Amino acid sequence: MQTVKMVVTGPFSAGKTEFIRSVSEIDVVSTERKISSDSERAVKTATTVAMDFGRITVDEDLVLYLFGTPGQKRFDFMWEILSEGMLGFIVMVDSTRPETFREARSILETFRAYAPTPYVVAANKQDMPEAWDLEDMRHALRLDGKVKLLPCVATDKATVKNVLLELLYSILAEMDGTEK
Amino acid sequence: MALRGNLRDFTVTQLLNLINLAHKTGTLVIEAPSEAAKVSFRDGKLAYAQIGQEDGRLATVLHRANKLTTGQLRAIQTRATHVSDKELGLLLINAGYMTQDDILNSLQSYFTDIVRRLFTWVEGNFRFENDLMPPEDRITVRLDLENLIIEGARQLREWEQLQDEIPSLDMALKFIERPGTSMQKMNLSVEEWRVVSYINPRNTIRQIAAAAKMSDLEIRRIVYGLLQAGLVEVVRPEGAPATAERARPQVTMQNREEQKSLVNRLITRIRSI
Repeated sequence: MQTVKMVVTGPFSAGKTEFIRSVSEIDVVSTERKISSDSERAVKTATTVAMDFGRITVDEDLVLYLFGTPGQKRFDFMWEILSEGMLGFIVMVDSTRPETFREARSILETFRAYAPTPYVVAANKQDMPEAWDLEDMRHALRLDGKVKLLPCVATDKATVKNVLLELLYSILAEMDGTEK
Repeated sequence: MALRGNLRDFTVTQLLNLINLAHKTGTLVIEAPSEAAKVSFRDGKLAYAQIGQEDGRLATVLHRANKLTTGQLRAIQTRATHVSDKELGLLLINAGYMTQDDILNSLQSYFTDIVRRLFTWVEGNFRFENDLMPPEDRITVRLDLENLIIEGARQLREWEQLQDEIPSLDMALKFIERPGTSMQKMNLSVEEWRVVSYINPRNTIRQIAAAAKMSDLEIRRIVYGLLQAGLVEVVRPEGAPATAERARPQVTMQNREEQKSLVNRLITRIRSI
């Protein structure tokens, strides 16, 4: 049995757990505990402090694991551990919370430093009226035009699938590119 | 969709850059604790600006630029209230008081001065209103933003450099033990002494800033100075988890064809979900 891994990362409360939950065939295994910081408590009452873990069985020989990183900065020591051996990664950004964009950018750069694997950026909560436009987000996140910035609603399986597929297409494209 | 947020997360320079790159048309409304400003753009170029209680009328702008005397300003303000800025501009040009360039240069200078003042704003909410433009009777300009962005970026650069030097405020500070060094002999400012008094491996820089009532920029400036002077070092706060040993990424992949086959199998599977 071969296993491959993708990492879903992003700032606190960006929607990583929901994203994995939308496509995982098992209940997402999360280690959650009550959070202590006032600012975090204002956003949600429980948050991931270890990691989320979802699974998609491809066939009897191949399984894809989806790992969600803890969002809070104080657990960033886990990021490097999780990034080991990943096929690619997804940076989730909450389109309605511009105050998290800078952190998202920082997380993206950190992961790129850990492993130069393909990645895509998922602009979550694009169904909300206060969501930023994708092009505005691209400028704000300082994303190069080549980086895929994809609209996403983490609770909507179709958009989650699209994000995963776009990442896989990028991985394929890079393989083709390095072949040449 | 919404382009709104907080200046703590997006500086005015970053917003100008975004507006410039996206060739936006509309008005950036910034509401700071003490006053508000409206800056309008057309196709990503500065068109108009208004700040606080300043009326921004042409007569006031020309008076500030020493193109009108106080007496002339008073006469216009009392006797020409029904005249729009565009009409007033034409009257002044036709009367030979000034040229079109005089008027446009005065307005450009006034608007850019407002934007420069905004560079110092670090607190407040902003929103970009696509449908909001200055009143029809006002004279607008068409000014490239690049120079203003560069100017603002210089200020931003200091902030970014400080962030690079001190990336996390969740770290603590510890005095460097150097024989013969006495803090008493140092020439420190009042603000620096306030910070020094809280230095302890148990206190994070963020906690020190809160106790000393300092902004992120202020505390970073002072900590940077103390670091450069070799007085303190940054340490992990006592009780915080240690960073894991850096693990080398190992992508255990077979040959290229097998890898591609694997990715294609993943694609097929995810499509079928």
